[in-house]
Amino acid sequence: MSYVTKSPWIIHYDGSSCNGCDIEVLACLTPMYDVERFGIINCGNPKHADVFLITGSVNEQNKDVVKQIYEQMPEPKVVVAVGICACNGGIFKECYNIMGGVDTVIPVDCYVPGCAARPEAIIDGVVKGLGVLAEKRARMDAAATAEDIAGKPEPEISVGAPEGTEEAKEADVNE
Amino acid sequence: MLIIIISVIAYLIIGPLLGGLLAGIDRKITAHMQGRVGPPVLQPFYDFFKLTEKEDITVNKVQDFYVMCFLIFVIVTGCFFFAGESLLLVIFTLTLASVFLIVAAFSSNSPYAQIGAERELLQMMAYEPMVLIAAIGFYMCTGSFQVSQIMMGTKFPLPYLAGIFIGFIFILTIKFRKSPFDLSMSHHAHQELVKGLTTEFSGKTMAMIEIAHWYENIFLLGIVFLFFANGTAWGAVLGIVVCLLTYFLEVFIDNSFARMKWQVAINSAWIVALVLGGVNMFVLLFA
Amino acid sequence: MSTNFTIAFLIGFPFIAAIALLILKTDTARDIIVKVAAALTAAASVCLVVQEYSSGGQYIDVQGEAIGTLMMIIEIALAVLTIVLGFIYKKPLAVILAAIQTPLFVWFELSKGHAITVQHAMYVDRLSLIMVLIIGIIGSLICVYAIGYMKDFQAHQKKGVPDRRPYFFFMMFIFLSAMFGIVLSNNLVWMFFFWEITTLCSFFLIGYNGLFHKKENEDKIATRNAFRQLIMNLLGGLGFVIAIIILGSVYGTLELSTMLTIGTMGYSVLAPTIFLAFAGIVKAAQMPFNSWLLGAMVAPTPTSALLHSSTMVKAGVFLIIKLSPLLGMNISGIMVMMVGGITFVMASFAAISQTNAKRVLAYSTIANLGLITACGGVGTAEAVWAGIMLIIFHAVTKSLLFLCVGTAEHHIGSRDIEDMDGLFEKMPRLAAFMLIGIAGMFLAPFGMLISKWATMVSFVDSRNIILILIICFGSAATAFYWTKWMGKLAAVMAKRENVEKTVHGSEWFSQTTLVVLTILTCLGFPFVSKGIVVPFLEGIFGSVDKLALSVNNMIIMCIMVAVIVLLFAFFFGRTNKRIVPIYMGGVNEGDDLSFVGSMEQREEVSLRNWYMNGYFGEFKMNVIGVVSTSAVIVITIGMVVGSMMMGGM
Repeated sequence: MSYVTKSPWIIHYDGSSCNGCDIEVLACLTPMYDVERFGIINCGNPKHADVFLITGSVNEQNKDVVKQIYEQMPEPKVVVAVGICACNGGIFKECYNIMGGVDTVIPVDCYVPGCAARPEAIIDGVVKGLGVLAEKRARMDAAATAEDIAGKPEPEISVGAPEGTEEAKEADVNE
Repeated sequence: MLIIIISVIAYLIIGPLLGGLLAGIDRKITAHMQGRVGPPVLQPFYDFFKLTEKEDITVNKVQDFYVMCFLIFVIVTGCFFFAGESLLLVIFTLTLASVFLIVAAFSSNSPYAQIGAERELLQMMAYEPMVLIAAIGFYMCTGSFQVSQIMMGTKFPLPYLAGIFIGFIFILTIKFRKSPFDLSMSHHAHQELVKGLTTEFSGKTMAMIEIAHWYENIFLLGIVFLFFANGTAWGAVLGIVVCLLTYFLEVFIDNSFARMKWQVAINSAWIVALVLGGVNMFVLLFA
Repeated sequence: MSTNFTIAFLIGFPFIAAIALLILKTDTARDIIVKVAAALTAAASVCLVVQEYSSGGQYIDVQGEAIGTLMMIIEIALAVLTIVLGFIYKKPLAVILAAIQTPLFVWFELSKGHAITVQHAMYVDRLSLIMVLIIGIIGSLICVYAIGYMKDFQAHQKKGVPDRRPYFFFMMFIFLSAMFGIVLSNNLVWMFFFWEITTLCSFFLIGYNGLFHKKENEDKIATRNAFRQLIMNLLGGLGFVIAIIILGSVYGTLELSTMLTIGTMGYSVLAPTIFLAFAGIVKAAQMPFNSWLLGAMVAPTPTSALLHSSTMVKAGVFLIIKLSPLLGMNISGIMVMMVGGITFVMASFAAISQTNAKRVLAYSTIANLGLITACGGVGTAEAVWAGIMLIIFHAVTKSLLFLCVGTAEHHIGSRDIEDMDGLFEKMPRLAAFMLIGIAGMFLAPFGMLISKWATMVSFVDSRNIILILIICFGSAATAFYWTKWMGKLAAVMAKRENVEKTVHGSEWFSQTTLVVLTILTCLGFPFVSKGIVVPFLEGIFGSVDKLALSVNNMIIMCIMVAVIVLLFAFFFGRTNKRIVPIYMGGVNEGDDLSFVGSMEQREEVSLRNWYMNGYFGEFKMNVIGVVSTSAVIVITIGMVVGSMMMGGM
């Protein structure tokens, strides 16, 4: 039985949002909506997190940040795009600096539209995300069993350097 | 001999269960103090199992080894305690375990982990004098450092060790990582410099840290129990009641105070150790 | 081969080796002589232990008229040399002290000293055996290390600086010879002679870069610190002379063993005891005389390792431990206890604020010597057991650390802890050795922790509240400064070039042997305790009711050492997990060393330890320590002198 859905820890990142959705996300943690009763903790550290809650859209400056946070999260992980800006750019979609919604850089599992998205909707979205999380966990399990039978492959070495930098080209951090 | 084996096995098995339950109760009480419903009492166990199910990632090849050593030696410390060994041995082994954790955080060379590690080190320096004085107080009062002797002693320790008891409760706030002294890592939603000490730990490693904290909390409460151990049943009952009250007090303090600066932590802890501990020991010399 | 021969060999052979090293100036000759001499010295030390291990204490009678006269002549010559150097380098205090000390001594020798017959000039007991092993084995290892180290040292010197390595090694071996003399002497006059020789060796070695150099090559700091050491130790030597004079005039003997017998029989020997203890305190760099040891860190590292951590300063505490049956709850005991305790806590605090690795090691040495001193001052069997254990473990571990820091300094170009970033990648084996050394200094289950545990219990049993508080707070501070250094060393940083390949074989040999010794002593200490230390204590104190550590505890410690070694051997660095970047204040550039900051600039991560100067600043700690210890010394010696003047003693 998977415990991932019983203890989903979130990391919340604000892209280029107006902070409206952020305030709503934080409101979820208050006694009024109290998401801790689902075991949700805002842990602020990608390495501890299961659910990546993003508000605001992605621009040139923060796209690498978003990618790095995503890569530093261990599997299974889901991304929930909160607010219309995170979904597809929202009212800023035509701006010269906005690349678009979060799905332009990382795969998104759940979209929560709204401007600002209401806490009830956010909670709903996270719960749906948990369903996806459970599926991913099941797939991980299946893959692990298959590996055990077939023999373990080489571990994947992932560095997460921004594309185009020198370091990415000669990245060999790991011995 | 048989008693020792039974106590150790009981500690090994029931310890984490009890520790996790206490952690869950902590969160529930905290939630109610804040007017919320809070997670189910078994939530810490769900967290633990979830962490074990996560993918294995790490930042370098040695960090998780150090954390494993930390867990092993915390368990060994608790085993020494429940096997009735010397209190000083217990304290020194705990220091060894803490150093492993701190070195694990340092090894990642991550800024947040390092700040957490320095603060953890400072916390260790802050509480160590009081903890040593507590052990010495037990020795002066009962004539032995051995936990087994102290447990069986017929003298009721508390009146002789009143000052030390208060001082020990004071530094328990540091050891349980509760506000105002949760400088290096915090269990709560409020982060301190990302996740402090544990920033670069993930998955199973994080699970090891959680369970290590449960083991540690149990034997720390065991030391509180020692202040009431006088070989009789009523002493034992009183001890357990006080342990629970102490835990509740810590939760209460946690919710009443904001985090303070490290200077406050070390100043207050050292002054408490010097004054309460020193005066108590002085009195014990003549008692 | 008799014991007498071994002893004569131990004192005489290093002297011969020293002369040879002074004369033969080629590298190859020096390599061979040092290695052979070191091996023979170590072998002779072990030999002596084997010969004398089962005897409680062996007196050796040496018909010493000629030797005594020779010593006196050499003393006078050295005093003249000191006065001349004092004039040349304009150090009036050195001149004054030498001018007081030696004539006073010579006057005594020629007038009353002659009349006193010395039955047993030398004495070997188990404490001497332990010291002999330390000097013979660790001293030899350090001399071997020095071969490689001094090659690099000479290579780093400015052009035009002459190669004075023959003189360096000459001094090192004379020193070994003198140390053997100190620990094997029973005649205080002889011990004083060897004591002063070690002072002078230290003086010349600290001033290696300063004395006798041309003006443009002279390192003025080295000269200044050398004279500081000389002046302070001359003062200590003066105390020694006064003790000899009192002992000779009032009690009619010059033998340490006789003094101990008189004292333990119940007669008061307060005056000589306190002055000898004073000499020991100065030699062991206790406050207020600690600044000479800190200044001595400018010397080449083998000197710091040999003289200023494992051997010469141990002569000071050796004397105090020897005097321990006479200490305890009397005035001299209280002086020794309090000076040792205050030094321990103040030096431990001061070490927190130091960034220079050698200064951290120096303060740590001073602190640990303070603990040993305090143990001697407490004077119970328990405390002395703890003190002897501290001597053994500290000698091994501290010399390892000094040797490692020396090698590190030559390869990374700095003595600063903050420059040891990434040492684990640049010099993995050295970093591992340093980590073992540091762990050995304060962490369970290693030796120093065991000794500190025993010290704690013996302090509690002595019922001295101040000492108990001192050791609780001091231990907390100790853990702090060592762990933060460990953290620095353990940090894994990518992309660092390995510079270890140029470390000399002799350096590796000594360091590896010391690491092995560190672990072996931790595993074997119960046997050392049972076989050597406890019988020694029984001889001195009559019986030993209880030790601070039970056998049970000792066994647990040994098992823990084994467990840790096995854990590291099997699990360290083996993992197949996916490696991800660390979390930074911006986008990690991929190498874990820099990130993209807020203005799209590349920011490098630089991590520094805490030094907490506001709390543990060196100046503040020294002032508190020096003032309080000076007060203790002045008051206690004043009381003893006062009562002496008034007739009773």
